Amino acid sequence: MLRRFLDKHAPAFAPGGRFARLYPLYEALDTFLYTPGQVTTGAAHVRDQVNMKRLMMTVVLGLTPAMFMAMFNTGYQANLALAAGFRANGSWQYALTTALGVGFDPQNMFANFVHGAAYYLPLFLLTFLVGGFWETLFASVRKHEINEGFLITGMLFPLLLPPNIPLWQAALGISFGVVVGKEIFGGVGYNILNPALTARVFLFFAYPGQISGNACWVAVDGYSSATPLAAAAEHGAGALTGNPQLWWDAFYGWLPGSMGETSALALGLGGVLLLVTGVASARIIFSITLGTIAMSLLLNAVGSETNAMMALPFWWHMVIGGWALGTIFMATDPVSAPYSDRGKLIYGLAIGVLVVLVRALNPAYPEGMMLSILLMNVFAPLIDHYVVQAHTKKRMARHGR
Amino acid sequence: MFEHYLSLSLKAIFVENMALAFFLGMCSFLAVSKKVETAVGLGLAVTFVLVITVPLNQAIYVGLLAPGALSWLHADLATVDLSFLNFLTFIGTIAAMVQIVEMILDKYAPGLYGALGVFLPLIAVNCAILGASLFMVERNYSLLESAVYGFGSGIGWLMAIAALAAIRQKLRFHNIPAPLRGLGITFIITGLMAIAFMAFAGIQL
Repeated sequence: MLRRFLDKHAPAFAPGGRFARLYPLYEALDTFLYTPGQVTTGAAHVRDQVNMKRLMMTVVLGLTPAMFMAMFNTGYQANLALAAGFRANGSWQYALTTALGVGFDPQNMFANFVHGAAYYLPLFLLTFLVGGFWETLFASVRKHEINEGFLITGMLFPLLLPPNIPLWQAALGISFGVVVGKEIFGGVGYNILNPALTARVFLFFAYPGQISGNACWVAVDGYSSATPLAAAAEHGAGALTGNPQLWWDAFYGWLPGSMGETSALALGLGGVLLLVTGVASARIIFSITLGTIAMSLLLNAVGSETNAMMALPFWWHMVIGGWALGTIFMATDPVSAPYSDRGKLIYGLAIGVLVVLVRALNPAYPEGMMLSILLMNVFAPLIDHYVVQAHTKKRMARHGR
Repeated sequence: MFEHYLSLSLKAIFVENMALAFFLGMCSFLAVSKKVETAVGLGLAVTFVLVITVPLNQAIYVGLLAPGALSWLHADLATVDLSFLNFLTFIGTIAAMVQIVEMILDKYAPGLYGALGVFLPLIAVNCAILGASLFMVERNYSLLESAVYGFGSGIGWLMAIAALAAIRQKLRFHNIPAPLRGLGITFIITGLMAIAFMAFAGIQL
């Protein structure tokens, strides 16, 4: 029936039809629902079960645990604060949860979930609405297809945001990410930087008051709670390492933070899927881990009287902040990472080293994951260039005359 | 002591990157970043000139231009302040040095000279180089410090232009909207690169 509906309206979107300009929208819906029948007609044939759509859907699947975790933990943190006697911030999300009548008991899983969803889902929908608008606009003006690539950007972006962010800022952020980060470079597959990260970093520098600091992580008024990284930066690594239970909290994700970044476990589950299917580059994940371990061991060995962050061991670095989200879903973006295998190793190592460096040595930001990835995205083409040059030189020396 | 110079050079490379934190040397940064090889060549030339001119200007400033610097000539000159001549003198030094470097390269390394071509004289008007000399005055660097600072700023600029050139090389195969092709997209990339480089902003070394 759906097929018939689509076929019936196809002529309106064909060239010369009434909605010819909106053809990309029609095409997107069509290929999203049905496998397109066309096959490659050019010279290069690749026989493979994997296409763009399947690749992207795997990532979406991998992100799902983190997404549910985001909803649950956002509500859990807010309900915990409410239970501790802080008053609600009177937001409409709060009113909505009240209207649904599930209550605000932090022990009640369902209540947590609903309260969190009231914060997460609007951001999620808004991201898709605004991002999708730009995507469609560019697609219909420039006559290219709407691509599944946007699904990933749209799913990642809300996960990077704190729950208390005003909706208009989220809209502005995703507009910047999609338009400046991706579309003006030619759309999906052509972006230099990861669009979701570009959007997040843009907001980070444009509205530092709302997106960093202690007040934005829990969706309750007047309740300020530091993310573990900020706590460590302020009170020294002892604030974390003294409490082994806290590590497990950080691993499971029962801590305040950007909505999707807190749970290393949920992200790790997605990571396993991406690694097994080969969608994410194991080289990148492995070398980031290696870089983080090496650099934090080095800083542990150097030590410092004044800077307690330098004493933070690597297993802590890997569960707090955006490390897991960045390593598994951001750094492995096949477009903005280097293409060459050796380049990927260098890129990952540099990210791992930089994250620890920025976290430990830069007093301006407690978190360094997104900026390190962005920085290495900038250098990815250069790494590729020199890897290829070195390879060419080696082959020339061996076979050339 | 060594640590001090190391942190000075790292600061000049990353935290206070000439191109991406101060946006100095933009003209050649945008114009000569089409190919990685030439970009790296220009970057090396800039580094080379910086390492020579910043300490040279430092010596001239301390010996001749700074307030009271001329007191070694005659006690009456202790009140003379020639620092209004900074710009003129520094530009003169830089231009002279670039000429000398050009002649030396032409004579002893014709290969490199040919590769650098027109970019070598262009360096004389590169604001990153004048900027480094002016920062040197502002921050009261010693002779050795200014040499290290010049080296660091040069390497930082080299890194930035090499990264931009690699991106632009890749960009040739991109489907960029026609009005943005060329310099337009390059400006936007420079902005995005500067955002990425803000990872280092605020690091105290």
